[in-house]
Amino acid sequence: MLRANYILKLLEKNERIDGRKLDEFRQINIEKNIIEKAEGSARVKIGKTDVIAGIKMEIETPFPDTPNEGMLKTNAEFAPIAHPDFLPGPPSEDATELARVVDRGIRESNSIDLEKLCLVEGQKVWGVFIDIHIINHDGNLIDASSLASLIALMNTRIPKYEDEKIIRGEYIGKLPMLHTPINVTVSKILDKYVVDLTKEEEDVLDAWLSVAVREDGYICSMQKGGAKGLNVKNIDEMINLAAKKSKELRKLL
Amino acid sequence: MAKIKGIELIKDGKRLDGRKPLQIRDVEMKVGIIPNANGSAMVRFGKTIAVAAVYGPRLLLPKHLQEGDKAIIQCRYNMAPFSTDDRVKPGSSRREIEISKVIRQAFEPVLFLENYPKTTIDIYIEIIQADGSTRVTSINAASLALADAGVPMKDLVVALSGGKINGTLILDLNGLEDNNSEADMPMAFTANKKEITLLQMDGELKQEEIKKLMTEMFKAGEEIYKMQIKALKDRYSE
Repeated sequence: MLRANYILKLLEKNERIDGRKLDEFRQINIEKNIIEKAEGSARVKIGKTDVIAGIKMEIETPFPDTPNEGMLKTNAEFAPIAHPDFLPGPPSEDATELARVVDRGIRESNSIDLEKLCLVEGQKVWGVFIDIHIINHDGNLIDASSLASLIALMNTRIPKYEDEKIIRGEYIGKLPMLHTPINVTVSKILDKYVVDLTKEEEDVLDAWLSVAVREDGYICSMQKGGAKGLNVKNIDEMINLAAKKSKELRKLL
Repeated sequence: MAKIKGIELIKDGKRLDGRKPLQIRDVEMKVGIIPNANGSAMVRFGKTIAVAAVYGPRLLLPKHLQEGDKAIIQCRYNMAPFSTDDRVKPGSSRREIEISKVIRQAFEPVLFLENYPKTTIDIYIEIIQADGSTRVTSINAASLALADAGVPMKDLVVALSGGKINGTLILDLNGLEDNNSEADMPMAFTANKKEITLLQMDGELKQEEIKKLMTEMFKAGEEIYKMQIKALKDRYSE
């Protein structure tokens, strides 16, 4: 409680507990292809937040309404190793939301050329499975997970498929990518807009808006969270800040 | 409702169901339909039908879930198996879990949770028939159910969806439009102060389009608010 009050007191003076500016991210560290068994992978650290995204590719039956398109599935696991509040068991509400927000950013921006992942129309397509594993949680899981997922996808190779079998470890080429959406979550605390919150900052936020911005400036997904409302001006300013920060993050790709 | 490649959803300025771009569907609202609940309501937008019941504020059990200084909201959004073309498997899907969360958060800003420590306000929503815009229809129903339950609220919450089909901005997407839209954007807000309590979007929109769409959604929201007030008055004038 004392700590929370201190965070708020500092914010009133446009200061943060770790000395950052309100619109400043922590140090971001990216490692690519860290999991040899996965078709693609990336580990993203933002400050003490540590996330691994792994891509597995499997043969699937396509959805009836998209018979000539590959499938995309995103799952997030809040492993109990990552935070004292994370408990073993089925995915929590927050983990489910995280996976769905990351999924929407990638899906709705048409990042992956899914039509190129069709093997036999209506029968066989490649399924792209994004699995997000939180290793350590110190806030901003959405941005870290989205970035890790995108970088993992950009480094994913399609395995060889012969005689109805996937030959693991042999590849025919890279996953065809069309777009690169960058997700930036902007939070409102008091009357301030803040990016890249640590866990203890998240505990005092009023509302957040997560925005996926594509390289051509299109907004491809949004999600509002938090217990307080936002007005139109807030939303507009938060989108502006997200768009601005997305350009910075894009340089890391 | 299937995704159809290259479908033309708007012809000569009219949508396939005959609506103009910014026209919402035929709306029906009825308050007090579940005698056992503290408050309840049914809201229908076209073929989408949501039934909401509110129980509470009531003592929250088990005890360890209680918050000492405030009430919590528990919300479940559930689709009836027969509500869509393909049967919905019973049990909470990931989609339903997420929607339940965002609906709960849509009401957190308007309730005086600090007045009811250790209790829960349960909002249960059943989608009886789904034809697009189910989460916002649910919110309109839950808003009425909360008022019907006599739970003090700062304002009623109004909700609707906006989107874009074949390059045109539209309101209140039906299922076919939802599945084939370039973008859809559900939004909930307080009727008077226009404080946004739920906002989601997927698809492709420019920032100016988002702004324009919000303006139209606020306008249409005023009509929905009037219907809500009427539905509440009708309940008590019987």
